[in-house]
Amino acid sequence: MIGYIFLAILVLIVTGFYFGRRRSVAAVGGRQKELHSRPDYHGAYVAAWVGIPSLLLVLTWLALQGPVINLLLERSLPAETVAGLNSDQINLLLSEIRSVAAGNVFGEPTPAIEEAAQRYRGWQEIARYAMVAVALSVAMLGLLFAGRRISPSFRARHGAERILSGLMIACSLLAILTTLGIVLSLLVEALRFFDRVSPLEFFFGLNWEPQIPIREGQVTAGGAFGAVPVFAGTLLISFIALAVAIPIGLLSAVYLTEYAYPKVRSTVKPLLELLAGIPTVVYGFFAVLTVAPAMRNFGEMIGVPIAPNSAMAAGGVMGIMIIPFISSLSDDAINAVPRSMRDGSYAMGATKGETITRVLLPAALPGIMGGILLAASRAIGETMIVVMAAGIIANMTANPFEPVTTVTVQIVTLLIGDSEFDNPKTLAAFALGLVLFVVTLALNVLALHIVRRYREQYD
Amino acid sequence: MTDATLGKTDRPREWEATKRVRRRYAADWRLQAYGIIAIGLALGLLGILLVSLISTGYQAFVQTNIDLEIYVDPAKVDAKDPAKGNFRAVVRDTLTNIFPQAQSPKQKTELTKILTADAPYILRDYVLAHPESIGQRVVLAVPASDPFDQLNKGVIPKYQDVPDGGAPGSAPTRTVNPRFSPLQIEAFEDLEKKGLVRTPFNWGLFFNADSRFPERAGLAGAITGSFYALLVCFLLSFPIGIAAALYLEEFAPKNRLTDLIEVNINNLAAVPSVVFGLLGLAVFLGFFGLPRSAPLVGGMVLSLMTLPTIIIATRAALKAVPPSIREAALGVGASKHQVMLHHVLPVAMPGILTGTIIGMAQALGETAPLLLIGMNAFIPSVENIGLLDPATSLPTQIYSWADSPERGFVARTSAAILVLLGFLAVMNLVAIVLRHRFERKW
Repeated sequence: MIGYIFLAILVLIVTGFYFGRRRSVAAVGGRQKELHSRPDYHGAYVAAWVGIPSLLLVLTWLALQGPVINLLLERSLPAETVAGLNSDQINLLLSEIRSVAAGNVFGEPTPAIEEAAQRYRGWQEIARYAMVAVALSVAMLGLLFAGRRISPSFRARHGAERILSGLMIACSLLAILTTLGIVLSLLVEALRFFDRVSPLEFFFGLNWEPQIPIREGQVTAGGAFGAVPVFAGTLLISFIALAVAIPIGLLSAVYLTEYAYPKVRSTVKPLLELLAGIPTVVYGFFAVLTVAPAMRNFGEMIGVPIAPNSAMAAGGVMGIMIIPFISSLSDDAINAVPRSMRDGSYAMGATKGETITRVLLPAALPGIMGGILLAASRAIGETMIVVMAAGIIANMTANPFEPVTTVTVQIVTLLIGDSEFDNPKTLAAFALGLVLFVVTLALNVLALHIVRRYREQYD
Repeated sequence: MTDATLGKTDRPREWEATKRVRRRYAADWRLQAYGIIAIGLALGLLGILLVSLISTGYQAFVQTNIDLEIYVDPAKVDAKDPAKGNFRAVVRDTLTNIFPQAQSPKQKTELTKILTADAPYILRDYVLAHPESIGQRVVLAVPASDPFDQLNKGVIPKYQDVPDGGAPGSAPTRTVNPRFSPLQIEAFEDLEKKGLVRTPFNWGLFFNADSRFPERAGLAGAITGSFYALLVCFLLSFPIGIAAALYLEEFAPKNRLTDLIEVNINNLAAVPSVVFGLLGLAVFLGFFGLPRSAPLVGGMVLSLMTLPTIIIATRAALKAVPPSIREAALGVGASKHQVMLHHVLPVAMPGILTGTIIGMAQALGETAPLLLIGMNAFIPSVENIGLLDPATSLPTQIYSWADSPERGFVARTSAAILVLLGFLAVMNLVAIVLRHRFERKW
């Protein structure tokens, strides 16, 4: 149904284009020189008027149809059915009605629900046909309106270009819209979470046991939402990752910029960057398949018990992943140090190594710091490696050989297989997401700020 | 005259200076050595990653099949209604005919465990497709079950040595691996002797849908799902990305709004992917009520993630077009839009396409957002996967297989990763070729 309406609009757009073209040529009796704009622009103008309003209408309609019908449905429920129910129970009732309307009947629905489902189905039907009718008439109106404007002196090119500019602006605004969407959706759900769980407990509590009983009588842990152990685990794993990546990344950048022959540099650099192109789910499997067992065996050899999902394994593998971030950003920073500083150092008789450690690295330090901050934000937000290789149970420890959990692991485990947003367990994921978003954003802004300020210094 | 005295007093200092110079050069050399070690470590780790994936994954590219000559007994499979036939019994009879030692029902069941648990369904599908085979003898290549597949490939041993509990130093006794019964081993060796066990290339890995049994699990559903999601992602992000980049690079006035947009694009590129998953969950599924697990939603989330990449690449490509082209076009009277659409954009296209392909490659490997919107559904059949139906994708399939307990899935996961890396390599190669072929230096 929805596919057909898009197809119909597409056909109308093409017809509109040829209609506009033909009409403009006919208006001057085939002497195209007398037209202000070339026939194609007349066609494009008509096509835009046919396509854009109707497509916009269909998209908004589709977006709003569900929420509006839901609202209608909720309003239309007889008072005695909803009496004494809280919002969660009403939501449950509504989803039951919807599933009955979709034809999935489990058990015996009450007559009230049957009737509501009937109504729901009726509204959906009406909405669908109404949408087709309205969309097609809007398209025809556009055709009529634009078609009537065609005349030899009509500035169709200006019109078409103005529409194109509008479209381009709309596309650029999508970036703002996305950010807004992220902030709003995280904020709304997080606020709903903080309605049920106090922010004090969330930010300062030391106990994280989000598995709360959903049904009555279900045996679970108490349901505690103190996120400090989760934050601590994230920091521990990110710290391990940086401890692996900073020395390797920095030293390889130094070697590649200062010592390596151009040929070595041009082969090794892409190879290092390959590490950043490998999907993180691959690293996760690598951690589970190879690194964690190897570490456990090594631990057994030296007599240290290392858990199979230790922070060390997840953090170490994550470190491999962020090597290229650090190496390529340090590379850029070292390369950006002006030639004169290098030459000055050599002229004083310094060796290459001394020039690097005493002149280049201090001069490039802000850029390198920026790179490290970007890498840290990457490490904090990294998901798949930790989901596969780190622990699930929150554990407040600084011992890298024990399993810890991270913010991203908790988000994924809280939300997998659960799409109803009406209990603190799923809402907690959004609160964690909000913290994650704010922290990574702050790190990025800080890093970009440092890098930019430093760049201005030497330009 | 002063030379002589100086030389005399300076000799120890000179020696010290040489030593110091040597030390300084040693430090220089050490730094160089550290650099080489660091690069060696990084590349070595990359090597270990690839080697460990290939060494576990190559086994999944072949599959142990057993050629069975099956008599489709009309007494058990009714020609009028073949779908209701007792194919399980047919398969069991075939095996017991080959290996008549199995007498008791328990032993017969043990025998059928050599074959995949899907064997009756494979036979049923064959008979339904070839109804004339009822009452005939047909030869079918049936996959062996996971333990026997592993056994045949030498991953798990047939026998194991149990240290004798008796006198120290006595020879360990050799017993059959407890995962198998002696009867099964005997039967399997018999099948091997008759030349019925073959290990051909595993086309099922590419053409089968997912299955609970590793020997039958394939990537067709995941590849289809990834294809649809990437299609949606491309259709949305390519035009929108180009339009946004054109506006920001060529038309936008310098004002607060465009500054805000630029800051936003740069920051979106660095937002963790799991946050995009939360956005998709709350907005596309929660607010707009789109279906869960659908490739359409997956593609929309991925396109939000790839948009910054495409916009940044497009802007770089547009910047690289020399101003002379613009000026020449403007000079002969083209409008600003005509300059862009007719001259600048075509010249910048190779660069834009390169950036887009790289963005698509990133999107193909993205897992976390797809996991959050539920695109890790179990899809046991490839038919009727549409834009709005539940689907899975390559990376989420890897995640699900990596979580499966059966041993056979370890090799399958590695093989799936190799397939994914293969797709990524091809996409990146295309991007590199595009860049080299069409890149123009002005």
